[in-house]
Amino acid sequence: MRIGVLALQGAFIEHEQILKELGAECAELRKSSDLDKEVDGIVLPGGESTVQRKLLEELGMLETIKKKIQQGLPVLATCAGLILLAESVSGQREARKTALIEPRSLRGQACFATLPVTVRRNAYGRQLGSFSSSANIRGLREEERPFPLEFIRAPYIESVCGGEEVEPIAVIEKLPDGSRGKNIVGVRYQNQIGLAFHPELVGDTRCHEMFLSMCHA
Amino acid sequence: MSTDSRWEINKELAQMLKGGVIMDVTTPEQAKIAEAAGACAVMALERIPADIRAAGGVSRMSDPKMIKGIQQAVSIPVMAKCRIGHFAEAQVLEAIEIDYIDESEVLSPADDVYHIDKTQFQVPFVCGAKDLGEALRRISEGASMIRTKGEPGTGDVVQAVRHMRKMNSEMAKLTSMREDELFQAAKELMAPYELVKYVYENGKLPVVNFAAGGVATPADAALMMQLGAEGVFVGSGIFKSGNPAKRANAIVKAVTNYTDAKMIAELSEDLGEAMVGINEQEIELLMAERGK
Repeated sequence: MRIGVLALQGAFIEHEQILKELGAECAELRKSSDLDKEVDGIVLPGGESTVQRKLLEELGMLETIKKKIQQGLPVLATCAGLILLAESVSGQREARKTALIEPRSLRGQACFATLPVTVRRNAYGRQLGSFSSSANIRGLREEERPFPLEFIRAPYIESVCGGEEVEPIAVIEKLPDGSRGKNIVGVRYQNQIGLAFHPELVGDTRCHEMFLSMCHA
Repeated sequence: MSTDSRWEINKELAQMLKGGVIMDVTTPEQAKIAEAAGACAVMALERIPADIRAAGGVSRMSDPKMIKGIQQAVSIPVMAKCRIGHFAEAQVLEAIEIDYIDESEVLSPADDVYHIDKTQFQVPFVCGAKDLGEALRRISEGASMIRTKGEPGTGDVVQAVRHMRKMNSEMAKLTSMREDELFQAAKELMAPYELVKYVYENGKLPVVNFAAGGVATPADAALMMQLGAEGVFVGSGIFKSGNPAKRANAIVKAVTNYTDAKMIAELSEDLGEAMVGINEQEIELLMAERGK
């Protein structure tokens, strides 16, 4: 089985290492001609979504990948990748004292827009707001064993617009500021898995196993 | 959060920056140009290294107000520099929630013996290094990202190349040693044994390693990536050139496709004037010699 890994910017090598460990072959996608390769699934890694989005557009890769996802190619998207998949991206936290402002060119614009959710970028603020947690993730092998979650300048899923077909598979209830709440940090919708955290960094392969089982089907 | 888990999560932010270009900017307008051109982070500073060099005198941490202006202008991570050993400047940068602190030889050192104890901070630090020993010393002090020192503000890539090659060859040498030789190697590198052992076992640093200092063209960036850099800092190279937006754009793409010479050839066309640059032999101040 061969998995295409978007390798424009970010932590793509970490994904490749896990996929190889699980017996898959990886193809790095860096330019439009790389998209001619036959792949059984695609990984959209973490990194800076503004950079990845821009390169996808300017290197002529956006439309081809979008079409493949729409045609049912399984996709695993983490952090920045989730932002690229989301149908809409909401502004930054209004309540912060050092408010972040979405650059005008990117405001409200989605990239692939194949996942019917609204994602909030930099939802926990700057790097000081980055944190670790854990949660049970629906659909994983040994589901009852919590999965380690790393949130790095992370987004979360603010709202789901696709009805019941969009299944929240990971939710955190204890928020980094100590309060209780409910942040959706992982969803599954048809052939797409979108995660706000980084399964490629924690040495637990179960999220990738779930993804590869979708690629088999 | 414990020091260790904070270091982990800070190291992971650097992993997210890999394959990207971090650009020096001095105004919110430049920051926006950098972000639109595809920078994965910006370094906010009052004067870029070439101008610091030209102006001479003591150079210090930037005005927090100016840094905040840049934080408000962009959504990508914002870094800023403090002087080597100046932990009070670092405290100020942490207080304004900077995403990464560069304890940098580009500014005048505040301490000629001690670097900052970076384990005392929640925010991450990147530090420069000329060789493996220096890199491991900075990591043991709590740095969660390393960059070559190169020679900032010169537009001459020779020293960044030298530092990257030196680190690579020292790492290759370690991996070929017998395990019982590592104690002596640690002594010679003046670095903690545990970190030396990590490099012996993994063949690489325990943190991300970027190239910095003197990168001015797409081909310079591709050169550093092919030599093993995981990303590139571009300081004076962009906003000291004729067409900053176009050059920034080209360097970003060259870092992504660093082995595709045909693409880099296209990217290198019509970029306008590169920064003038100073040759190594003409430099009066070697910033890389600051902090060991």
